[in-house]
Amino acid sequence: MNLIEHLPVLQVILPLLSAPFCILMRGHMLAWAIAVVASGAAFAVSLSAASIVADGATLTYAVGGWAAPYGIALEVDAFSALMTMIISGASLLALIAGMASIRQQLPEEKQSLFFAAWLLAMAGLLGISVAADAFNIFVFMEISSLASYVIIAAGPHRKALGAVFKYLAMGTIGATFYLIGVGLIYLMTGTLNLDDIALRVANVSDPHPVLLAAGFITIGLALKAAVFPLHVWMPAAYNYAPHVVSAFIAACATKVSLYVLFRFDFTVFQPNLSGHEFQFGHFMMPLALIGILFGAIVAALAKDLKRLLAWSSVSQIGYIVLGASMTSEAGMTSAIIHMFNHALAKGGGFLIAMGAALYYTTTRFSNLAGLGKEHPWLSGAFVVIGCSLIGVPGTAGFISKWMLVNAALEQGGLGIFIIAVVVFSSLLAVIYVWKVVELFYFEPRPEGASSNAVVVKTPEKLLFMMVVMLVAAANVWFGIFPGEPLALASQAASMLTGGAL
Amino acid sequence: MLWVELYHYWVFAILLMIGLFGVIAKRNLVKKLVGLSLFQSAVFLFYITMGKVDGGTAPIVGMTDSTDVFSNPLPQVLILTAIVVGISTTALGLSIVVRIKEAYGSIEEDVIHEKDRAE
Repeated sequence: MNLIEHLPVLQVILPLLSAPFCILMRGHMLAWAIAVVASGAAFAVSLSAASIVADGATLTYAVGGWAAPYGIALEVDAFSALMTMIISGASLLALIAGMASIRQQLPEEKQSLFFAAWLLAMAGLLGISVAADAFNIFVFMEISSLASYVIIAAGPHRKALGAVFKYLAMGTIGATFYLIGVGLIYLMTGTLNLDDIALRVANVSDPHPVLLAAGFITIGLALKAAVFPLHVWMPAAYNYAPHVVSAFIAACATKVSLYVLFRFDFTVFQPNLSGHEFQFGHFMMPLALIGILFGAIVAALAKDLKRLLAWSSVSQIGYIVLGASMTSEAGMTSAIIHMFNHALAKGGGFLIAMGAALYYTTTRFSNLAGLGKEHPWLSGAFVVIGCSLIGVPGTAGFISKWMLVNAALEQGGLGIFIIAVVVFSSLLAVIYVWKVVELFYFEPRPEGASSNAVVVKTPEKLLFMMVVMLVAAANVWFGIFPGEPLALASQAASMLTGGAL
Repeated sequence: MLWVELYHYWVFAILLMIGLFGVIAKRNLVKKLVGLSLFQSAVFLFYITMGKVDGGTAPIVGMTDSTDVFSNPLPQVLILTAIVVGISTTALGLSIVVRIKEAYGSIEEDVIHEKDRAE
């Protein structure tokens, strides 16, 4: 009974306190084990929190016993529960699958530090999801960003450094913009607690600073979420990060920034600023539509599996933003469920890239031909995950696209245009997924292509294949039985848009 | 003359823009980081200035009367955290620049791009 009360804080504390232990462990296997156990514990906490909030309840926690609005509050509702599930689940699966890949890409003496930074990144992301306080969101955002710069820079190629520097500069600008926005709001309302802000913003003497704050916060978070055209840091960072980091970060990092953006905009600004729904929708929708097409086109031209997946993320983030930009409950539901489904598909995609690199050294297309014959299970899993990226019926990706199209139909004439863009971009997705499938199955293994970069031990291989199969199966399972995540998503959407009425 | 009285907000805005210009326009990675630091410092000033009340003192229990005018201490506490974040970001950025120098032999963006393209 007591433990349930403490679930929101346990979510953050577990990985945060495990991180120092990772550093103390000299053996890299022990550090790995601690990281896995901490992720698993965080995942268990998020599952139990999700089961409590699924019916619309909210878990609140006053840190140190100081009640909100003066104390620091943590809050878990349906939306944050879904986010924490995505984050801790992605971390757990990537770590279990990534054992061999980490050994391949990182020197052994650095690994315990790497796992510590990984846990800090996860703690930061989880913290953003449970914080109910605008400034704490900033602090957790910086914890997660600083730690993710470190784990991305661990990539073996020197281009990882340039990519991280760009990410660091743009990420800091984004976070600072957010900080300016929070400052302006504090100036006008004198409070930092999100619920309290939502109450007090309605009575401010002059709405202009609040409008300015909305602008700063939207741009800052869009920068961190890699919304087109602020995505330029993202493809290189995902491409040159260690494979295991790509799988983890691609599944959750940008979505957490979108989570903050939606939460702020839908609960604070839209109910209290007249016409802000229109401003938000009409600002974000063109960006989303262009991003969807642009990302898919560049992905179709890519010559490297990880690069392809990274650009496909630009396009998929567009779908999430597009759903939200309709500012309707149906649109928001599609956006939130797509966060979950895309995490499954993209995390899985990067796991496959990791497996390919494990057997064939690189993820360049020139070196991946013929994978289907030598590793049929791995390429089979890619076909399933690729279908989910496209949105083929029977996979998770279809559910979110179906919801998106249904939401677009409510929009009248504009909706028809939106549906046309979605259909066209799905065709582009067919092209880029087919390119890989053709490469895997219909092209012979090139003469003298390098293979077996690293000796993969049997237990490592078993764990890796188990996780890949699990993720592929989950893509199908949640395409046929979307019940639980969909319930959380529609709960979250009705909560967010309910505030907007 | 309202705009003269609010000069501290002008300082914030101008410093912010100088910093942003540095990050975007400079081709040297260290100069970019200097710009980034300026950009963050501008926000620190913004927070400090909004908590200050003319003639206000620090609200300390037992050392002040309830009739005194108080400055708001909370923005200062907040910005203390943000300063720590800023220092960590700069330190991490500089350490990445050191590694870039080791890997490429230069910290000029143009040279790095050229070496990347030559691969």
